[in-house]
Amino acid sequence: MPDHSLQHVAGADVPLLEVDHVVVQFGGVTAVNEATFVAEAGTVTGLIGPNGAGKTTCFNVISGLQKPTRGKVRFRGRNVTGAPVHRRSKRGMGRTFQRLEAFGSLSVRDNVRVAYDIHRGLAGLVKPGAKDIDALLERVGISAYADERADSIPTGTARLLELARCLAGDPKLLLLDEPSSGLDETETDDFGDLLRDLAAEGRGILMVEHDMDLVMGVCDTIHVLDFGSIIASGTPGDIRRDPAVQRAYLGYSDDVPEHELVGARAGVGAGAVEETRTDLVPVGAASDATTVIPAVGATTPEDVR
Amino acid sequence: MSSLISFTILGLFTGAAYAIAASGLVLTYTTTRVFNIAHGAFGMVMAFVFWDFSQRQGLNLFLSLFLVLGVIAPAIGWGIQRFVTKGLGEGPVSVALVVTVGLFVGLIGLAQQVWPPEPRTVPPFMASSGVQLGDTYVTAHQIITIVISIGVALALYVLLNRTRIGTAMRASVDNPELLRLFGGKPDTVAALSWAIGISLAALGGILLSSVIGLSYYDLTLLVINAYAAAMLGRLKSLPLTFVGAMGLGILQSFAVAYLPSDGFLAGTRAVVPALFLFVVIVLMPQAQLRIGQVKGIVSAPLPSITKSVGWGGALLVLVALLVGGGMSTANLLLVGTAATYAMVMLSLVLLTGYGGHVSLAQLTFAGVGALAYAKLEQPNLAGLFLAAAIAAGVGALVALPVLRLTGLYLALSTLAFGVLMDKMIFQAEFAFGFNGTLQAGRLSVLGNAIESTGGYVLVMTLFLVLMGIALLLLRRGPLGRVLIAMRDSPAACGTLGLDMRWFRVGLFGLSAGMAGLAGALFAGLRGTIGAADFQFFNSLPLLLLAVVFGVTSVTGATLGGVGLMLLPVMQSNNPGIAGLIFAILGFGAVALGRDPNGLANLMFGLGRRIQAVVLPQLRDKLPVLPGSRADAPDDGEDAGLDDLLPETPDATGKVPAHA
Repeated sequence: MPDHSLQHVAGADVPLLEVDHVVVQFGGVTAVNEATFVAEAGTVTGLIGPNGAGKTTCFNVISGLQKPTRGKVRFRGRNVTGAPVHRRSKRGMGRTFQRLEAFGSLSVRDNVRVAYDIHRGLAGLVKPGAKDIDALLERVGISAYADERADSIPTGTARLLELARCLAGDPKLLLLDEPSSGLDETETDDFGDLLRDLAAEGRGILMVEHDMDLVMGVCDTIHVLDFGSIIASGTPGDIRRDPAVQRAYLGYSDDVPEHELVGARAGVGAGAVEETRTDLVPVGAASDATTVIPAVGATTPEDVR
Repeated sequence: MSSLISFTILGLFTGAAYAIAASGLVLTYTTTRVFNIAHGAFGMVMAFVFWDFSQRQGLNLFLSLFLVLGVIAPAIGWGIQRFVTKGLGEGPVSVALVVTVGLFVGLIGLAQQVWPPEPRTVPPFMASSGVQLGDTYVTAHQIITIVISIGVALALYVLLNRTRIGTAMRASVDNPELLRLFGGKPDTVAALSWAIGISLAALGGILLSSVIGLSYYDLTLLVINAYAAAMLGRLKSLPLTFVGAMGLGILQSFAVAYLPSDGFLAGTRAVVPALFLFVVIVLMPQAQLRIGQVKGIVSAPLPSITKSVGWGGALLVLVALLVGGGMSTANLLLVGTAATYAMVMLSLVLLTGYGGHVSLAQLTFAGVGALAYAKLEQPNLAGLFLAAAIAAGVGALVALPVLRLTGLYLALSTLAFGVLMDKMIFQAEFAFGFNGTLQAGRLSVLGNAIESTGGYVLVMTLFLVLMGIALLLLRRGPLGRVLIAMRDSPAACGTLGLDMRWFRVGLFGLSAGMAGLAGALFAGLRGTIGAADFQFFNSLPLLLLAVVFGVTSVTGATLGGVGLMLLPVMQSNNPGIAGLIFAILGFGAVALGRDPNGLANLMFGLGRRIQAVVLPQLRDKLPVLPGSRADAPDDGEDAGLDDLLPETPDATGKVPAHA
């Protein structure tokens, strides 16, 4: 069911999620550098970039698993930068993991049941209807695995399980970290449809994904992250045409599969990478070439935590 | 003024020795992620070896030092990393803790076996030399120790910052796999740091042994001082560890000098390190949730409720037969003791088996329950449950400071808590008193006092059975599922909205409450109880036996309870090998600690196999009577086999998912 309550809470013009000049440094290495982007309710937003660009780190910051060195995260109009993981979840944030975090020793069904237990708290002692659980499994298309141990199912299935587990909490925002890896072509198509459905319910979806066909096919907006900075934001068409993105990420053609790209990039050596870097259009210019990043912060009343 | 200086120097001396030991602990922990609870025990054993070489065999002092620090200690460290702790760092914290607790207990047993108790002295280095500093006489031993600690600090700095292998060590702190990809050898690095670490433990032990004496326990418990110091550097920073050690040494020295030597505050003198540790832990910053941990632990199968009730009934019948068969009071007391231990182990099944957290002071919580029960002087059900509730509250209080931290710190704070209670609370006037005892009445249920020992033991067994069944019910419910989920992936639980901090405090409190109930019942059984009944140290064999027999199952806990009860019996029957029994238990736990399902699970597996092979044949031969239940206790031969199987028949041997 679409939930419109957030419009009442935060006002219709406040984005669901705002990442505002977030910086994450590990020792001397800057993993995320002044990243600023938004994800809107009812849309699918893609976060793409080469390996090591800082996508998962961004996710960790948004979901609360990593404290940013600087910058803010606002969720449903409220600053949640210092809020613990579970509180963000209670506020309507769900996430899946690139490295699987399914509850391996529980069955697939119990994985979802636990999510219901946690979501409903003490009220959950009233047994959640098995119907709800089975309906969720059905929805993401893994009913056939319901009674298997979660550490014995294929990777792609486990990713869908993580999604089902999130959905048990009826989140307003879904953070999906490479959700389609391990899925075959048909499954990926079904998955794309599911994403559109979920967005149509009013949920915001922010997705890190390497399958360019999927990203270009489902996303309303795409942010491109490279070396920790957002180098471009826009519609799939904009991103496809953006020269900076082509140089930094897509290579010279968007037909090149991702793993080859990674190999090529790793192979060019440090000097060549440097060269690529100097060729990059400055962030501001890149933004001009595409959709201008909405000026968050300026429009948002700062909530006190 | 002169006393201030002399106590400062004394403090610097002990601080220097702590610093040496603590830096070894930090080195092994940072490079392998295995926190070595047995660090102090290694120091203790090495101090004994040094004594053996230099005093008993009369070897040259420097030769002895070289042999211990340069050959034996590094070889042991290398071997331990290669064959015992390798790979533990990537697994659950609880397993690494149990394995090193096994080393801890095993080493103490070994030392007692090889060097039976007798007075031994280790003379300080250059015993007759010293320097007069104003009014203060500084011994050469103190100066040497301080100089050595500075030397160790410098050597470690050079090693870590100026050598290739040191760079590799620092790299393996962050990511051993990455180090491997870049051509480094994380295994060599790990083994080397353990070699150095154990050597430093040995050095610390030797330097202190001339002051605090060659004592099995005092030297072993130095690990608490060492990690209290290391905690200031968050188990990472060597410079802060040195600062912490020096500060702790001075604090301790001042406590001895300036705190009153009688009254309640006198007790604090012995627990300065434990208090120091608590303060540092409270001030530590919030830990981040780790992602990408090992998961999908295979647990012991869960029996059906009917099976559990049947089993519990069988146990009650067995005890009733023992009681009715005219068992001697002494033996009845032993049965009651076994039931007590079994209940305490059930509390560990909840905490460790299901929850993945380790408590190193579970017997202390039993002691809190017993103390509360005796003090309340309400020998009835209300008093019993109130005592359990008090123990639960204390348990929650222990978990509270580490609310924001990870499992390792929770376990370490229980260790400190155990020492604190032993030395400060239990022996205080308001508690059991110094070497004192308290009277506790037998429980009366609904106004009927259970005076006979046999009847009381039966009641205790009933409590054990009820507790076991309650635990299984809990395990089957939402709470049990969440516990398993939390063990498999804390990060996922957090992102699903679980506030694990308070959940953990509640879990810890519940577990302490169960142990407290056991302790209160034990108090009623014995009638007279004292601090000696709940010595902190005995919590460690308790943990080990629970793991050896299976800390994930109620059956394992019951068997473990019997085992722990038998341990002192075996020791007093065979005083010649008392230490050996401990050593076997400790090293056995080291061997079995990687599988917390323990012997009980092996039994279940055996039962399943027997059932798969034998039962069909028996079924063919015996006509099944209508209405007869296969798991009724008196149902002939095949039922006996069936009873061995607490899990629904699953002949394929496939691991069932948790139901």
